[in-house]
Amino acid sequence: MELYSLTIHELRELLKKREVSALEVTKSYLERIKEVEPKIDALVTITEDFALQKAKEADEKIKKGEDTALTGIPVIIKDNISTEGIKTTCSSKMLENYIPPYNATVVEKLLEEGVIILGKSNLDEFAMGSSTENSAFKTTKNPWDLSRVPGGSSGGSAAAIAADEAAFALGSDTGGSIRQPASLCGVVGMKPTYGLVSRYGLVAFASSLDQIGPFTKDVTDCAIVLNTIIGHDPKDSTSLKIDKPDYTSYLKEDIKGLRIGVAKEFFGEGIEEGVKETVQESIKVLQNLGAEIIDISIPYVEYALPAYYIIASAEASSNLARYDGIRYGHIAEKYEDLIDMYMVTRSEGFGKEVKRRIMLGTYALSSGYYDAYYKKALKVRTLIKNDFEKAFEKCDVIIGPTSPTVAFKIGERANDPLAMYLADIYTVSVNIAGLPGISIPCGLSDGLPVGLQIIGRHFEEGKILNVAYAFEQANKFNAKPQAIGVQDNEVRSSDWLRGPCRTFDREQNLL
Amino acid sequence: MAISRSEVEHVAKLARLKFSQEEIEEFTVQLSKIIDYVNKLNELDTENVEPTAHIVPIYNVFREDEVKPSMDRDKILMNALYKENGCFKVPKIIE
Repeated sequence: MELYSLTIHELRELLKKREVSALEVTKSYLERIKEVEPKIDALVTITEDFALQKAKEADEKIKKGEDTALTGIPVIIKDNISTEGIKTTCSSKMLENYIPPYNATVVEKLLEEGVIILGKSNLDEFAMGSSTENSAFKTTKNPWDLSRVPGGSSGGSAAAIAADEAAFALGSDTGGSIRQPASLCGVVGMKPTYGLVSRYGLVAFASSLDQIGPFTKDVTDCAIVLNTIIGHDPKDSTSLKIDKPDYTSYLKEDIKGLRIGVAKEFFGEGIEEGVKETVQESIKVLQNLGAEIIDISIPYVEYALPAYYIIASAEASSNLARYDGIRYGHIAEKYEDLIDMYMVTRSEGFGKEVKRRIMLGTYALSSGYYDAYYKKALKVRTLIKNDFEKAFEKCDVIIGPTSPTVAFKIGERANDPLAMYLADIYTVSVNIAGLPGISIPCGLSDGLPVGLQIIGRHFEEGKILNVAYAFEQANKFNAKPQAIGVQDNEVRSSDWLRGPCRTFDREQNLL
Repeated sequence: MAISRSEVEHVAKLARLKFSQEEIEEFTVQLSKIIDYVNKLNELDTENVEPTAHIVPIYNVFREDEVKPSMDRDKILMNALYKENGCFKVPKIIE
């Protein structure tokens, strides 16, 4: 058994009983990073010295009995979430040397608890993409098959957790950027309700859609991290004042009588047979647990993707107007005048996909096209929102596949923007409607992970976690990535722990 | 083509982006394809539908007008390449 293979709740047990120190845990992960990172390329920055210092502080905290749910737990943070004194590049040449002078609120919350930051993870530039191939620095590989993508845009965070480079990670989800890579890498990833987690310090892509959320090794860990990162923040005027629930109280196996909606629209054109079968089997598992399966329809969901590309690109074109080279970021060396300085700076600093989206967004907002595109998309947004409201009258949660396919090959869709956009077809509608959604691993198709998406009503993360937990307990995901040379390469069905931590008996070793 | 070459050039100017001739060609083709795809929205009659810009119904969030410490000036300037006397230095804007 290696420390790096454990979940948060397992590590906490050991830390609390002083059987291991935060320093030992941290060193175990740093070693692991050195071992697998050359193959995975999940990280843009490794903060070794900072991590070791924080580990010592965490041990002090534990010694004094001041430790909380995440004290001494190592994390990796997506590189579009601001970390004071630590480079935050958005995997863009534009911000290659940018060092934030402040922390994002989520980072502040984690540090207060004594979390240990191991590094910053790779992403599609400015979170625009579905494969992490749009990074200006490196292409992250899927730990399950190094010739395949980890998904995106939080591909670095997802791959890092699948490869045990940290106990958990943070990502951001604008159209599926947490759930889709979680699905492709076989880990748990959640996008909370819009407004639940502060966006302060998250580098803005599409402000009405962006939301920060966790990547974890199991559902219990997801609830634990959520407990810490949520809450109203005066620095984010879109964050909401709600009573903070204890999400771990929802981790129950009982889902008898719960109404689960299955929408036919989530099994449409383009879905791989293996994905479809695996998800249908998962629905049977939930039915056997006593849930009531209800056929529902979300007819407008097929318009979510085109509406998304208008709304997200329009907001992006406006948000990214701030990159002018003056206060931070890349600046042109040679130019004619002020306007030319902006143009050269931005053309040198941004990559192709970012430019494509700025162009599309600028076009959709430009005089003469505003009503036809932007306003039209916002109206369709209303229809989609109403669609979900109607569906949720008949059911408590909605389930389906997270992604229509398993991880695709690196380079396969790189030159076809539209094919790439289709990777998000089942996830974007959730952002459009501001709903919470989780992706949990539910099986393998051709040896690659399939994700089950569970969508809930606004602020009903608890119900989602209940279903996810019940499913996880009934349908152990035992498979693990084989491409990175973990100790035990055998995929087992009897052992219930997910990920590479199934080589020991949990009862014996932890309790 | 859903969008013309000259429109692409115009939008690039609005977006403060500079492209080579080849890039303009490439973007014209790609953006046309994307616009053809998003035109799918026109299948829907949205005449009597209200637009939703924001999903959460929050309006006019105010805070108390209290004096609080500002971020340190050096911190604000630390990422700027060109600065002088505690200010950002910019190219000449008035002839």
